[in-house]
Amino acid sequence: MAAQPGWMSNLFLDTGSTSFTEFVGSYAPGLLPGRLEMTAGGGGGGGVADRIPHATTIVAATFAGGVVMAGDRRATAGNYISQKDMEKVFRTDEYSCMGIAGTASTGIELARLYCVELEHYEKRESRTLSVEGKANRLATMIRGNLPMAMQGMVVVPLFAAYDEDRDSGRIFSYDVGGGPYEQQRYASIGSGSLFARGALKKLYRDGATSDETILACVHALYDAADDDSATGGPDVTRKIWPLVAVIDADGFRRLPDEEVEGFVRQVLDVRMADPDGPTAPLR
Amino acid sequence: MSMPFGYVSPEQEMRDKADFARKGIARGRSVVVLQYENGILFVAPNASRALHKISEIYDRIGFAAVGKYNEFEALRLGGIRYADINGYTYDRSDVTARGLANLYAQSLGMVFTESRKPYEVELVVAEVGDTAEGDQIYRLTFDGSVTDEHGFVVMGGVADAVAARLKDRFREGLTLTEALDAALAALTEPGGERPPVSQLEVAVLDRSRDHRKFQRLTGPRLERLLGGAPAGDAATAEPSEQEEGAGGPATAPEGDIDTGSGA
Repeated sequence: MAAQPGWMSNLFLDTGSTSFTEFVGSYAPGLLPGRLEMTAGGGGGGGVADRIPHATTIVAATFAGGVVMAGDRRATAGNYISQKDMEKVFRTDEYSCMGIAGTASTGIELARLYCVELEHYEKRESRTLSVEGKANRLATMIRGNLPMAMQGMVVVPLFAAYDEDRDSGRIFSYDVGGGPYEQQRYASIGSGSLFARGALKKLYRDGATSDETILACVHALYDAADDDSATGGPDVTRKIWPLVAVIDADGFRRLPDEEVEGFVRQVLDVRMADPDGPTAPLR
Repeated sequence: MSMPFGYVSPEQEMRDKADFARKGIARGRSVVVLQYENGILFVAPNASRALHKISEIYDRIGFAAVGKYNEFEALRLGGIRYADINGYTYDRSDVTARGLANLYAQSLGMVFTESRKPYEVELVVAEVGDTAEGDQIYRLTFDGSVTDEHGFVVMGGVADAVAARLKDRFREGLTLTEALDAALAALTEPGGERPPVSQLEVAVLDRSRDHRKFQRLTGPRLERLLGGAPAGDAATAEPSEQEEGAGGPATAPEGDIDTGSGA
């Protein structure tokens, strides 16, 4: 028995909290993301942070009865493209997902921890958290990363979920201090988010189908890649397409590559004729 | 040399503790765990829909228990923590039923020898594999002994009688409907009435599912299965987990005397 690590010895006596993060924090704090008092350049944005891969643009938009989230596939470290096929939209449970922008490593770890956090609660309590509960939980975890963010290791998520009570999709955004900020209709994060938001503003239609909403999101990512060097456009030669996820009453579904390719081809066809893409009517 | 007053030999003490634990476990209703063609089926007569005897531990691992609720609930919560932290530290595929069974065995064994009162519980930890050969079922008793079971396990209540009835009906590769029927037949004493759907807690570890293999079967879906519908629709039926939590009052899972299966 003596060989057991410390966290195991009280496993059956101290079963207090439903939070996995709290549990890890008390038994094995080293496992939590961003707890190292490391030297990330000190003070400002420069230093190490610039050399660590960054994930870029994520967009999300709701449609009647669900929500779409899509992300480009590029990770950059300064001027250097560190990964061409990165995945930065994560399924967090059956009815929710999150995308990450900012420091890639911290973001991935955060997503992994958050995923376990939701599942842990669900298994313990035999119920899933409310959508607000999930969004608030994520805010606390982002706030926990604030000291790291101050040193340049910024990570900001975008959270999307299907709300069973309302039969609709919901989107929450965050800043480095936490949040959540509920967003109506659509939202975007990351370096290309300004361009993507501009595109979505013109392309988003109330009452659109999920396919139309996916198409709008792919267009928005294309526009982001068009004007932001850190956002990757569709890679036709390598067949690397944006990552698209849809959540509706049937749960989370990541679109298979072939299906995404269909949407990307439609976008490319439009852009061949008009490189700036569809235009919104003036009046 | 005279013995001090009130001396109890270690043998006697262990025997007393074991008798005590056995009596406690035999008071409840039996729980049945058995393999079927697509995984592992758990069936427990349970009047409460809020206090579970069957639970998910991890992607491929399920848990069933009989005995005192507060004791096995603590073990269940600890097991979930063990699984989640190991899966988070390493990888989801690195969480195994064997590791969990070992941990439970150590904990139960320690409580049995060191506490005045042993845990009045018996557990099953089951892991579904990619094929039926990969399925693992571990049974743990109050003193920390572990047995590696194949096919089916019955624990709690009049386990021997239920196991004897199940043995006649069990074979490898049962469909879900057949397996459920066999389990219910075994849980019902000859000539007795089968427990109604509302009094049943049923779950599967279904190897054909994505992500998490554990699924509770409740409501209309369970009724369909019990009505003898073809097992083919099992995979397409809607998930039923959202129906949880709407359960009855938080009372004890059952009365203290077993009435359902006194053979």
